[in-house]
Formats: sequence, structure tokens, C-alpha cells
Amino acid sequence: MNLEEYKGVYVYAQQVDNEISGIAYELLGKAKELAAPLNTDVTAVLIGSDVKGLADSLAEYGADKVIVVDDPELKDYRTEPYAHALASVINKYKPEIMLVGATAIGRDLGPTVSARVATGLTADCTVLEIGDFPLVAVPGKEDEQKHNQLLMTRPAFGGNTIATIACPNNRPQMATVRPGVMQKIEPIKGAKANVEEYNPGFTPDKRYVTIKEVVKAVSDTVDIMDAKILVSGGRGVGTPENFKILEDLAAVLGGTVSCSRAVVDSGWKPKDLQVGQTGKTVRPNVYFAIGISGAIQHVAGMEESDIIVAINKDEDAPIFDVADYGIVGDLNKIVPALTESLKAELAAK
Amino acid sequence: MKIVVCIKQVPDTKGGVKFNPDGTLDRAAMLAIMNPDDKAGLEAALRLKDQYGAEVTVLTMGLPKATDVLREAIAMGADKGILVTDRVLGGADTWATSTTIAGAIRNLEYDLIITGRQAIDGDTAQVGPQIAEHLQIPVISYAQDIKVDGNTVTVQRQYDDRYHVLEVQMPCLITALSELNEPRYMTPGGIFDACRSEITTWGRADLKDVDDSNLGLAGSPTKIAKASDKVRKGAGEKVVPDSPEDAVAYIVGKFKEKHVI
Repeated sequence: MNLEEYKGVYVYAQQVDNEISGIAYELLGKAKELAAPLNTDVTAVLIGSDVKGLADSLAEYGADKVIVVDDPELKDYRTEPYAHALASVINKYKPEIMLVGATAIGRDLGPTVSARVATGLTADCTVLEIGDFPLVAVPGKEDEQKHNQLLMTRPAFGGNTIATIACPNNRPQMATVRPGVMQKIEPIKGAKANVEEYNPGFTPDKRYVTIKEVVKAVSDTVDIMDAKILVSGGRGVGTPENFKILEDLAAVLGGTVSCSRAVVDSGWKPKDLQVGQTGKTVRPNVYFAIGISGAIQHVAGMEESDIIVAINKDEDAPIFDVADYGIVGDLNKIVPALTESLKAELAAK
Repeated sequence: MKIVVCIKQVPDTKGGVKFNPDGTLDRAAMLAIMNPDDKAGLEAALRLKDQYGAEVTVLTMGLPKATDVLREAIAMGADKGILVTDRVLGGADTWATSTTIAGAIRNLEYDLIITGRQAIDGDTAQVGPQIAEHLQIPVISYAQDIKVDGNTVTVQRQYDDRYHVLEVQMPCLITALSELNEPRYMTPGGIFDACRSEITTWGRADLKDVDDSNLGLAGSPTKIAKASDKVRKGAGEKVVPDSPEDAVAYIVGKFKEKHVI
């Protein structure tokens, strides 16, 4: 592998139902930052069926170039042929860095493609930067220190430890990045993509599974990752019906209800409202943790919130270790009273 | 039907994580358990065994003490346990780990391989799909339901806002979510079997079609530049109000101070 041949920061521009996923724009924002010190440009890889029309929106969010792999075989996501598409793009264009969203799609596509092109993959990164590896040169071996490496920082152990990883001897340097962590740029209105179409050819074989049915969850709720105020409930809320008091509080503040994993596991709320390690990462302006004990897996998904308010009757609940404002008390009394009080305060304005 | 279930021994994070006085993780003080997603994968395999009859082999890579999770799996109903352990395999990243496990599985006959989606210590979700890639078989990750009919496997594959019902021919690999099922308990008879059963131990020499350059720390493309315990934003204020009214006044006061309202 001649590492010098590999150039450019590439982003897998995930689309679902021919709509670009937010993570693609977030990755483009990050890719632009990474491309600057490397003196290179940003390429989005758009894979799907009849998706070419989406290329300009990728340019608006920072893609200098868009490689489009458009084929009827690529209609809905399947590991194969999507892995073939992305691996073929990597083998042909030789990117230095390849970023993929750590979504339910990206966490399947990323590992498959990285194994196929024989490179490393760092999962669920929260910080990406360009730097040296090793971070500090070994005395006497200064010339062995590699510069302009992608340094990928990720939490492990449910968020208790963090590790910074490099991939010094293989290319591309691949990372998956959790949605909601990187910032999009302000879109450049009217930007036009420099589009290049590429089709590596698709021959269905035994690895192409058959999609018999696509069952979409019916949801009229706001994506909790976009909410500015989240009123999140845990098992302590007691019953699914009792979430009503959380919904009332959310309504007064123009917020949205979310929940912990325990609530999803109990069947009280759907999976797309779950915050945490195996749910979504959120960072609203205000996060209410109501009746949530604060397992590390939950905290990993919400600790970047600007203001965290915790209400819990258990004084020793770990959620109080991350809360800005912790209130020990009965949520059944406090939450409805808070809703009424806020209603009055806002009405007075 | 022959099913191979890949499992991992991990430190238990439930009920809190223990730290040493210097702030590092105290692994010795935490119980070692079978990774929850892997246990769900094992349960799925055992249900297929109950329903259709199958030989279930559990395989783990780790230190010799990882035989504990193999015995637990046998006590739950698995038929055979294989431990892959060797000094040269230590420090492996997901590429080297999946290369190793694929090298072990090449020695076995299998129709179905089941892994957990991810382990609670690394949380990468990469090893399952990468094993499938090394073995050149189809992978279906994030399975929330598995059915078998003849040689055809039908799986509900979970995505954020939907699931796909997928059909695939065996041999294939499936990664299981812990939401998939409620794993059974060990049975007294099973525990008896587990104590008596011979665990097969394989080392580097037993791995098939793998190159030394792809194993262990040296064969891992990803390298750790730095590892540290996470510096958390400290706790803020905690109050124990005398009444709900006091609690409300406190929150509203803070919201005004911070211009939330």
C-alpha cells in the first residue's frame, strides 16, 4: 500500500428514501475542517438509485466534489451491494480519510467495507483532528513520527474511558461518527456540485439478501436530535400513562418528550425516542431527566446538553453527578406544578 | 443445522463502574459477564435448537478465564465450547479480532453464525460484520427476529425508523440485539453438563488461512495514541426542597437566571 497515493477527505453521504440524512451534512462540516490542514478537498460519496439530484445539496454543505454511484440495485440499503459500491469507490479514488455516520446503516457498511479494503476503522468517534502519531515522538526516533494523521477520539466502556486512535500504516483512515456530534456549516446557497458518476457494476450473488418488506414506524414526532428542549423520562415515571405529565411540561416549553432505554425495553415508548449509548445522542439547550437514574449508557447520550435538570426521588441516583440542577423529590408532584408555574410565567410575558 | 455463536466475556457495567483511587477503571472489582447482546444471540440459537434441532457451538477469544462464559453457555444449553487463546493474539483491534475468529470458524462446519451486535466494553459493533466479510458470507446485522425455514433465514433487521424483513440463504451471519429476547437461565442439568464438558482450546497454530501479519497488536491497523479516563463535567447543584412548590420556585429561578424563559 503506497500511502502517498491516497488523497482527500471523503464522506459517505447517507440517504434514506432518497433524502440525505442529517449525519451526511454534519460529516461534511467536519471534513472541511480536516481538509484545511491537509491542503486537500472534500468529496461526498452518494450511493443509491435515482439519487443524482441530491448532489447539489451536498455542495451547499461543503462538498467540493460528489461521486455518485447510481444503480437500480441500490434502491434500499442492503449491506451488499452498498459495500461493493463504497469499496469500489475507495479502490478507484483512493481517499486519505473516509468518514461514515455511526447510524444503523453506517455501523453495518463501515465494518464490512473496512474489512474489504483491508484498513482500520474506528467506531463512534466524537472528536476528529489532524495531528502526529505517536503524539510525542520517541526520543531518538523522531523521524519515525508520522505527521498529518487522522486522530480519532472515541468513548469506550459505556463512556467511562476515552481513547484516541490512529491508523498510521493503512489507508484510508476510516471512522464512523455518531450523529449529533459534529456541526454542519451554514449552507452555501446555490452551490453547485462537481459531479462525477461511477458505476462499478453490480452482479447479484448469494450475498445480496432479499428485502421482503419494509415496515416503517409511524411517527409524527419531532426527531429528538433536533429538539431544543427535551423532557426525558425513565422507569421512575412509573407507567406509560404517566408520561402525560412530561408531555404537558414539554408542550409548555415547546419541547419534545424522550426517554431512557428502560422505558423502551418496557414497551412504553418507541425506540426512536431513546437517548443513550444504544439510542440517540442529543444536546438540547435544556434536558430534563425525570425519573431517570442515570446509567452511564444514558449519560453518554445526553451529557453534552447545555443545561441538565434532574428530578429523582433517589438522592444517590448517578444522574445527579451530571445534572446542573438536581432536585431530590417526587416527580409526580413537582412536574405538574412546574408545568403550571411555567405556563403562568410565560403567559405573563 | 449447525450454529456457531460468538461470545465475549466483558466487565459488567450494570450497577455502576468501579474506579481505583487514581481514577482508572477497577476491572478486578467488576464482575466478568457474558456480553448481553451475545447472550441474546445465544438465546436465539438455543430457540432455533429447541424448534428445529441444531448443534450449537459457542466460541470465544480471550484469556483462559473466558472459559467461564463458555461454561455458562453450555449450562444454558449450548453443546460445545471453543476457546481461542494465544499470547500472540493479544491487543487485537476489530480487524485482527475478526481475522482470528474467522480463522477459527474455518475449522468448523456451520450453517449459521450468530454474534452479538456489540460488546459493552468496546461498543464498536464491527467484529460481526467483519467476520462475515472474511468468510465471504452474507451478513444481517441488528436482528430483532430470526426465523428459519429449510435453508432460508428470515430476519427482521432494525433501522432507526423502520425495519426490513430480509430473506437470506444459509450459510450466513447474523448480529443480534439484546432486545431480541429474554435469555434463559442455566438449568441444574446444564450446570452439571457444563462442569463435565471439555472445552476445546485453540491457539495460533489452529487458525486456518490467516497471516501472522494480520494478528494481535502488531497486525492491528488501528493503534492507540492515548487512552484516559473521561473527564466529566462535574456535578452541579443538588437540592432537597421541602415542598414541590419550593422545587418549582428553584427551577423557575434558575431558568430565569439562564434566560431559558
